[in-house]
Amino acid sequence: METILPGVGIRYDFTANSGVSLALVIDREGGADLFTFDEDDPDRAVSRLQLEPEEASQLAELLGAPRITQRFAQLSKEIPGLETRRITVRPDSPYAGHPLGDTKARTRTGCSIVAVIRGESVITAPTPQQRLLSHDVLIVVGGADGLSAVEELISPPPTG
Amino acid sequence: MQHLSLLLIELGILFAVLSGLGLLAHRLGLSPIPFYLLSGLLFGEGRLLPVNAAGPFVEAGAEIGVILLLLLLGLEFSATELMHSLQRHRSSGLVDFLLNAVPGFLFGLLLGLPWQAALALSGVIWVSSSGIIARLLDDLGRLGNRETPAVLSVLVLEDIAMALYLPMLVVFLSGGGAWQAAGGVALALGAVSLILAAAHKAGHRVGRLLSHPQDEQVMLRLLGIALVVAGIAEGVGAGAAVGSFLVGIAIPQSFADRARQILSPLRDLFAAFFFLTFGLSLSLADVLPILPAVLLLAVVTTATKLGSGWYAAGKEGVHLRGRLRAGAALTTRGEFSVIIAGLAVAAGYTEVGPFAAAYVLILAVAGPLLTRFIDSWTDPNRRKRPH
Repeated sequence: METILPGVGIRYDFTANSGVSLALVIDREGGADLFTFDEDDPDRAVSRLQLEPEEASQLAELLGAPRITQRFAQLSKEIPGLETRRITVRPDSPYAGHPLGDTKARTRTGCSIVAVIRGESVITAPTPQQRLLSHDVLIVVGGADGLSAVEELISPPPTG
Repeated sequence: MQHLSLLLIELGILFAVLSGLGLLAHRLGLSPIPFYLLSGLLFGEGRLLPVNAAGPFVEAGAEIGVILLLLLLGLEFSATELMHSLQRHRSSGLVDFLLNAVPGFLFGLLLGLPWQAALALSGVIWVSSSGIIARLLDDLGRLGNRETPAVLSVLVLEDIAMALYLPMLVVFLSGGGAWQAAGGVALALGAVSLILAAAHKAGHRVGRLLSHPQDEQVMLRLLGIALVVAGIAEGVGAGAAVGSFLVGIAIPQSFADRARQILSPLRDLFAAFFFLTFGLSLSLADVLPILPAVLLLAVVTTATKLGSGWYAAGKEGVHLRGRLRAGAALTTRGEFSVIIAGLAVAAGYTEVGPFAAAYVLILAVAGPLLTRFIDSWTDPNRRKRPH
């Protein structure tokens, strides 16, 4: 449930399946406060986890990125044989700084790169012109063999 | 040369005193407002704090202080937040008005004040201090509490009600009749709705006009606009305070956050001048005899504010203790009450001054203390718990 906190920001209320009530207050500067409530007095916030704007976005990234993989994992459960993998573009990757199309991943391995996670942002459905940077995380969908092939292609194991 | 040297030394000492008072207030976990008022009150009489050379500067600074206080109050809330509060807490705002402004007016009449002064007094009593309360709730870790949206909504509604109340008050104080006051209110109402509509439709354009990567530019442009509009508003008899308040409301939210950050230090400086000057304009001999009456008034209106908070928090489905917390938070009065009293005093209704000063002195201290401790008083398990 979303409530506006005039002059402060926005408050979100939700109850986890374990029965714990949580409130998240996001202030205008982007900082976040996470509250749990007193058992005797369910209106009173007792513990408070205070996050600066940068910390909040770090946490959002940590919580958000696996969710994308999770959703694909869900997808692969529904289609037997389809798998997803997160592949990091290491700084020594031959494709760091090159357009995605240069990898010819689909032609070579039959796998699709469906998203690029870059820091806090997610580039969904990247075009072949999309330039890859080191530390980008690619979300790749395909068969198990093909995925390993993409992994080797993007970030080959160090030779010697 | 002699005059300049005196001016600088006086100002320097003044800042040192204000800094000391601010520090003391911070140590005690209180707002500096009552301390500034009290120091003005104490030093004004015996001239312990001589501000002869710096006098005109401090007085002009006090005027700018009011304008900045209201500009930043206007910046505090966005149009969306206002609409949301109006939808959800319209009746809370009404209850708050009936429980506080109406008894305040009657009390003023009972004291034998002219009705214009009673009208000012009703405002002094009605408006809680959004500045002190918002900070207090954050300090106490209560922003996550379920009653807090209700408290903040009441504060927004009070502040926006001021956009209608202030022009009406200014007209009546200057001896205008009901028609003129209605005209003033209609004008303000028109201006507010126009501004809200404009902020909705073309807010980004206003923002672009004002925004600049350099903080200095933003500060100068904002100050320029606020002062010009305040000056025009004063000229047409609506009051400088109303003008700058409307400017604050008109600034789009996207830009308001930055504007607030840039202007806050300036506001703090000049607002200190304002509270100090207000205290200086009064004499202790006028305040002491009315203390019992004000104390009684403070007790009664603390109870009525508890009622406002009780009702508003109830609308959010909050239970007994949360409803009491909401009420206690709203009892704090502060900057707005002093501004209203300042308007009355400037218009010649000087008897409002000592009342408002004593009232704010009491509730700007007692309100936060009540807010802080009401929770442990109402805790059914407090004797069992080790802490």
